[in-house]
Amino acid sequence: MIDTKVNIAGVEFKNPVIAASGTFGFGREFSEYFPISKLGGLSTKGLTLRQREGNKGVRIHETTGGIMNSIGLQNPGIDAFIEEELPFLNSQDTVIIANVSGNTIEEYVISVEKLNQTEIDMIELNISCPNVKEGGISFGTKAEIANNVVTQVRKVCKKPLMVKLSPSAENIVEMAESCVEAGADALSLVNTFPALAIDISKKKAIFDNITAGLSGPCIKPIALRMVYEVSKAVDVPVIGIGGIMDYRDVIEYIMAGAWAVQVGTANFINPNACAEIIEGIEEYLQKEGISTLEEIRGII
Amino acid sequence: MKEGYRGVDISSNTEIAKDIFELKVQIESNDSLGDPGQFYMLRSWDLDPLLSRPFSICNVEESVLTFLYKVVGRGTNYLSKLKPKDKLKVLGPLGNGFNLSVSGKVALISGGIGIAPMIYLAKKLNTGIDFYAGFTNEVYYMDYVQKYVDKIYITTEDGSTGQKGFITDIFKPEKYDVAFTCGPSPMMKKVVEKCENKAPVFVSMESVMACGMGACLGCSIKTKFGMKRVCKEGPVFKGEEVFFDD
Repeated sequence: MIDTKVNIAGVEFKNPVIAASGTFGFGREFSEYFPISKLGGLSTKGLTLRQREGNKGVRIHETTGGIMNSIGLQNPGIDAFIEEELPFLNSQDTVIIANVSGNTIEEYVISVEKLNQTEIDMIELNISCPNVKEGGISFGTKAEIANNVVTQVRKVCKKPLMVKLSPSAENIVEMAESCVEAGADALSLVNTFPALAIDISKKKAIFDNITAGLSGPCIKPIALRMVYEVSKAVDVPVIGIGGIMDYRDVIEYIMAGAWAVQVGTANFINPNACAEIIEGIEEYLQKEGISTLEEIRGII
Repeated sequence: MKEGYRGVDISSNTEIAKDIFELKVQIESNDSLGDPGQFYMLRSWDLDPLLSRPFSICNVEESVLTFLYKVVGRGTNYLSKLKPKDKLKVLGPLGNGFNLSVSGKVALISGGIGIAPMIYLAKKLNTGIDFYAGFTNEVYYMDYVQKYVDKIYITTEDGSTGQKGFITDIFKPEKYDVAFTCGPSPMMKKVVEKCENKAPVFVSMESVMACGMGACLGCSIKTKFGMKRVCKEGPVFKGEEVFFDD
């Protein structure tokens, strides 16, 4: 009997596959293709206290084995999310994680206080968005700055708190330890890699912000190494993110120490990606005679 | 539930002008294959390039879907190599098409490969149509369009066929009750400007997109009514809603 359930910070996920923030909207578009109750969980598009239109100019650029994005946290704002999107999400039988971003610590705190009043299952603190001018990734590079943000949020947060780390952290293990020390119940890593592309005929950067976030299969080996290092160092669950395209990638992350994973870019390439990955994991476990993920977690 | 990517057979893939291809695929489906202005995401490769490519529906004839594309990069270069019986994966139909319940005299104005959705639109509209088609030099698909329209106006930039210049030079909005346009952004901008206070105009917008189904927000554009996704709320918008200058 195969059991893919995983308990993270007291929240039970029916399987380890979580749709990654910013790649799954608020679930509605994908619910037209498969019942999203199949998902272990869903992390919402990054939310900010106030509505954001996002960035101007090119927002998506394809590169070998990856895509670069500079969406800039386009979102309706926390209040509109709670009013217009959350009722639909709450009606789905899956774990709902609110991904929260902010320009200032105060914004994070107010957003989290608002979400405390809702039926959100978990909060994912985004201290790693590379595409906004203030806040975002600047909180995610230095361990002591991240520690302060997480400490302030932890004081008010009544939900399980997951912190999403940037691969731009000066030292990913120190960053992870610092966030756990400040009260993170779980860590998700990694966000996109700040990257650059240039249009040589226009002789200009492709993106108005010059740099943009790189995701997709090209980042997987680096992200996997970071998940491996962090999961060895901390004693909270680690959620692996980066370039997962199929169930084999998920198994690699679990073997590297992840408790669960987030699937991002793959959703853009196939709206049924998460559903197919979940089936693939079950088939793999069946074939290998493995009954729980715990048996292979962190074996590397 | 909507169907995800499905494998289809290629019926033909023909170069009809330099770097312009007509791709026909066979799809067995009980559902509609789509309306004018809707599009499909296409891929004939595994994970390289990573993303699929969006193409407007150029025609639907029973179970055969036609797309037109111009070879501009790696994706369209791969597509151009496909032969009959080769496999293709398609997702769609996607987006919202043109409003077909219009009456009176209609103008369709296309620029270059933007002609693709205009061809299917000409076939589906049940009213008087004048077709304005602008090309760089080579002219294509005009014989097919002829049977669905009252009059065809052609311009080429080199003057080799029709009038020399841009299609927006000869389009006269005051003659029409409604206009539809698809083509390069500066062309559509000009059409919208010319139509102001004369005729309502609908534009089919183009934008780089990753998913084609509303998730990535890569194709979002600013409109008078807030941010809209070209792939989901569009690709067809009212001309006065959109901004062409960023």
